[in-house]
Amino acid sequence: MIKVENLTKRYAGQPAIQDLNFEVGKGEIMGFLGPNGAGKTTTMRILASFMPPTSGRATVAGFDVFAQSLQARAHLGYMPENVPLYSDMRVTEYLDYRAALKGVPHRRVAERVGDVKELCGLKEVENKLIAALSKGYRQRVGLADALLHEPDLLILDEPTIGLDPNQIRQVRDLIKNLGKQHTILLSTHILPEVEMTCSRVIIIHKGRIEACDTPESLLGKIRQAGGVLVEAKVGADNGAEELKKIPGVRDVIVDSDGDWKLFSLRVESGADVREEIFRLATARQWSVRELTQRRATLEDVFVEITHSDSV
Amino acid sequence: MRKFYTLLSREVRSYFHSPIAYVVLIFFLLIAGVDFYFQVSFMNQRQVQYTVQEAFFNSVFFWFAFVMIFPLITMRLFAEEFKLGTIEPLMTAPVRDWQVVLSKFFGALIFYIILWIPPAFYFVIFQYIAGQPAAHSAGAYLGSYLMLLLLGMFYLSIGCLASVLTKNQIIAAIISFCAITLLFFLGLVQFILLDVSSATRDLLGYFSAIEHMGTFSRGVIDTRPIVFYLSMTAVILALTYQAFQSRKWRL
Repeated sequence: MIKVENLTKRYAGQPAIQDLNFEVGKGEIMGFLGPNGAGKTTTMRILASFMPPTSGRATVAGFDVFAQSLQARAHLGYMPENVPLYSDMRVTEYLDYRAALKGVPHRRVAERVGDVKELCGLKEVENKLIAALSKGYRQRVGLADALLHEPDLLILDEPTIGLDPNQIRQVRDLIKNLGKQHTILLSTHILPEVEMTCSRVIIIHKGRIEACDTPESLLGKIRQAGGVLVEAKVGADNGAEELKKIPGVRDVIVDSDGDWKLFSLRVESGADVREEIFRLATARQWSVRELTQRRATLEDVFVEITHSDSV
Repeated sequence: MRKFYTLLSREVRSYFHSPIAYVVLIFFLLIAGVDFYFQVSFMNQRQVQYTVQEAFFNSVFFWFAFVMIFPLITMRLFAEEFKLGTIEPLMTAPVRDWQVVLSKFFGALIFYIILWIPPAFYFVIFQYIAGQPAAHSAGAYLGSYLMLLLLGMFYLSIGCLASVLTKNQIIAAIISFCAITLLFFLGLVQFILLDVSSATRDLLGYFSAIEHMGTFSRGVIDTRPIVFYLSMTAVILALTYQAFQSRKWRL
């Protein structure tokens, strides 16, 4: 659906993105992650034919975004960052206008506009001026607009930014449902959302792709694969020393709360040391009130990749 | 064609969604009304060689209001879209650049034509009350309204070009106001510089909106200004189109 080859964009000589190469297959939900200023919006704007790349090539649904931009745009639903809308129009009026602009056949406009209003929960504000809408509704109008012409591909630039937790959940469910029929490329800062919705993830940093994989294998690759939290009363024993002897444990950090001590263990990738800890505790007669495996999250992956020191 | 029509109707509607349309309409009606009133009272007191309609289209009041309205009509066309970022959804929809440029130009032209409908009734009312026509022939009405259209197209295209160059509406208004005023005064230079050769004066005369309006409002349809204004409008719109496309490379 999307094919990007050696894509580079420079602003006044400064590279915003450099030599990007990736593909998004049909039916995939691709998460596009990276710190602010990493080049996400630039890449998406190029894919949406809003601006040309400095060099390299990108195709959308088989059409070159520069040379065949009109066809490429016809196959694409794009929701820009911050969703700029004409605030002087009413919701239905705006969607009617956008449908005509996107070439939805005249007799199908009413049906399509009705469908997207239904899908995005815009029924109750359909006659309101866009200027009077809250951020969440504006976001939904932008999403409805992107869906109007039933595009094969959706490009959503931060669809959940500025929404409250309930709205984020609604939008996430909506995207997940849309993923059944559409190919989606979305950028976001909310990482748990990506883990839940995306089939693959690209992490971009300083204009370069640092990782491109499924969320699961990204988590598998990470060095700090997670950790174990143990809260125990160890008496006179030096708990940290004992725990460190367990194979697979790399590091132990201790925090005390009176008699109770809180041990944060960093363990090697793939290792599960909880059973060993249990045996150790019974042998030494420690009282344990918490033993938790902390899973590595995408956030750990993100921080590890994009934190300047670790690159 | 449907996309062009969609864009055009949105442009025209957006004028009436904003207070600017009503402010410009009121401002314009007020000055046109005062102009008409003054011309008629002036002619009531003395013997003159011209008609009410000629006087109306050649007075200082008329030109003052005329030069002012174009920046007001055109300043927001592109500048507002750039400023609010609405250019992004617009240009990522499958529309061509020329469709956007022409829809904005013709949208402004339609609003401009609407602006000129109420003053046309002044002449009807005059005829009804005074019992005599305001112009000596129907051709005089035709000529003056044709010149209004031609001048309007030219000045609106200048306004479009100014608006596409910036995302600040005030700057767009200042650029187009200066450009239109300079063009307008170019036509006055021939009255100021008496010692220049007659060739130069003739040349400047070709640019003079006042002179063009003078001939057309007498009912004399000269083809030279028609060609001049239509071709200049086309040139300025082509420049607007180029400037609009260049935004992609400047982003």
